[in-house]
Amino acid sequence: MALPIYATPLQRVWYYAFRVICGLIFFYLMFPILVIIPLSFNAQNYFTFTPEMLALDPAGYSLRHYFDFFTNPDWQLATRNSLTIAPMATLISVSLGTLAAIGLSQSHVPFKRAIMAILISPMIVPLIISAAGMYFFFSAIGLQGTYWGVVLAHAILGIPFVIITVTATLVGFDRSLTRAAASMGAGPLKTFFKVQLPLILPGVISGALFAFITSFDEVVVVIFVGSAAQQTLPWQMFLGLREQISPTILAVATLMVALSIILLATLEVLRRRNERMRGMSPG
Amino acid sequence: MTTDTASQDMRGGEPLKRSLGRALRRQKARALLLIAPLLIFICLGFLMPIASMLFRSVENGIVEEILPNTVSALDVWDVDSTELPPESVFRALVEDLQVAIPERTALNVARRMNFEAAGFTTMVRRAQREVPGWDLETDGPFRERMIDLHRNWGDLDTWRALKAYSSTLTGGYYLAAVDYTMVSGHIEPMPDNQSLHQMLFWRTAWMSGLICFLALLLGYPVAFLLANIKERNANLLLILVLLPFWTSLLVRTSSWKVLLQDQGVINQILVSAHIIADDNRFQMVNNKFGVIIAMTHILLPFMILPLYSVMKTIPPTYVRAAKSLGANDWTAFWRVYFPQSIPGIGAGAILVFIMAVGYYITPELVGGPSGMFISNRIAHQWYVSGNWGLVGALGTILLVAVMVLYWVYDRVVGIDNVKLG
Repeated sequence: MALPIYATPLQRVWYYAFRVICGLIFFYLMFPILVIIPLSFNAQNYFTFTPEMLALDPAGYSLRHYFDFFTNPDWQLATRNSLTIAPMATLISVSLGTLAAIGLSQSHVPFKRAIMAILISPMIVPLIISAAGMYFFFSAIGLQGTYWGVVLAHAILGIPFVIITVTATLVGFDRSLTRAAASMGAGPLKTFFKVQLPLILPGVISGALFAFITSFDEVVVVIFVGSAAQQTLPWQMFLGLREQISPTILAVATLMVALSIILLATLEVLRRRNERMRGMSPG
Repeated sequence: MTTDTASQDMRGGEPLKRSLGRALRRQKARALLLIAPLLIFICLGFLMPIASMLFRSVENGIVEEILPNTVSALDVWDVDSTELPPESVFRALVEDLQVAIPERTALNVARRMNFEAAGFTTMVRRAQREVPGWDLETDGPFRERMIDLHRNWGDLDTWRALKAYSSTLTGGYYLAAVDYTMVSGHIEPMPDNQSLHQMLFWRTAWMSGLICFLALLLGYPVAFLLANIKERNANLLLILVLLPFWTSLLVRTSSWKVLLQDQGVINQILVSAHIIADDNRFQMVNNKFGVIIAMTHILLPFMILPLYSVMKTIPPTYVRAAKSLGANDWTAFWRVYFPQSIPGIGAGAILVFIMAVGYYITPELVGGPSGMFISNRIAHQWYVSGNWGLVGALGTILLVAVMVLYWVYDRVVGIDNVKLG
């Protein structure tokens, strides 16, 4: 979309104006995320830049909010809960989800559309409805307020993402490879683990990242299905924001931004690898 | 002879058609076997719980279960009559209460009736002290005694409400969900100071529509830019879209709450730039404005990504051809490029709208009372009133709306074409 040499002045103006507009929109997208990072180093209990901070005076900055996060037992419990619930939920949704996605990608699946619609539905149903429904069900079977209750609920919410990413990867999967493996005497399990899984691994991993972040970021369902002992980081943040807002939240938010940068980078590496492998394969 | 060769395998084994059919059946069975664990898990853990929760919106067994004699005695009484029910009804009520009070279920029915008309809990509380001591045979007539306990027992409206809400299945919660009531025995609109739901449904719809429109307005230029620059640069700029997408919803909401506060960064900038006076700061949070700003920001990536994936596939040659045939930039864009990008608009807009309609966290944290969505009302009914029937009814209406949109989305985009990142 480079500007041609014969562009009229009006075209020239529009060309730069358009870029400025897009720049402003990117600014709107990034500003709220970037601005909390310096604010989290505020030495005061304020949510604005103090004059000392604006003067770049070291005295205006401190790590006290981070210190508070790492010493406060509530935040520590919440971190531990988040880090034990999300991986287990991810494991369940990835294993069941990958299996189902492979089934769905076969050529003759009866009721494929309906099954797909059901499996994607946890992503579509408003969270408050899912949460209320799961509350009654999990209380009835005695899982309400337990670790496994929250894990299962989060696994359900993560499944659509696994299904979507893994089926998308399977579209590019060369089916003759499994047939070749089978013709050379590999059983279905061996074919799956030695041939199919390594090839679709990028899709599985990115599905896993989605499932992980879904659980790690989820508030509504955990509030309904969990109890105080399962309080997660987002729950703690939600309470903090609703009642009296403490600047420790900014430190937590900054750490969570760092986590999402790591996840995004992992995903980007996977995407590049996937593209390279696609480029090599004949399909 | 010819029929034999047609239906027989070359090796003379079983007919080809049958063995192919069997292979196909086996393939189908294997596919379903792979899907089955997940499908069962989702049905048991997700669909069934939601269905049973929604069933609570019509379930109303409690009145008849706890006050069986009263309900059947009320059969003879007409809602429109201007006289109180006969003594037999009061006697049945005392009989029922004498069973229900020791079993501690009397207050449950009072609580149920309280959702529809205030006062029932007090009436039953008073009765709890006296009624168990009465003798059914000798202490009558009970009409006057009940009215002595609480004068509402002598009020026609009490009995009309009780009769209207005594059936085992009721549409009463749905009526309440759209601001109607039948406490008088007839369906009529609720008094204005209690009618909130229609307004909330309407507000949820128009604010989601506005957010969807704003996301399109901001997302379209960005997607266009990404699709029309060198791929290397596009991948770099895409990170600016993906990072917000991957950042926790709570982080983005809290950041907006912090930014938009009275003492927040944006007001600080405006004050120090002398655009507004220090004592006249903008009220940007705890109202609709805050919800719209924050939700547009949160949902914008969901608009940009589908738009971008469609625009990437639009060949640039068409626009060039249009220009070479004499179209100016605007005509070439509007008549040639834009129509080809409509599938992306459809996909993004429906996705953003579906997500916005069910939002709870952001309106709860930055919305305040005037920025509340229907989800917040559902949560309120849940926590504060414990009115699960109404939760079910409001939830059903919301869910039906979302399902219709989901169906449209499936038609327009196809669920298997959803792209993430």
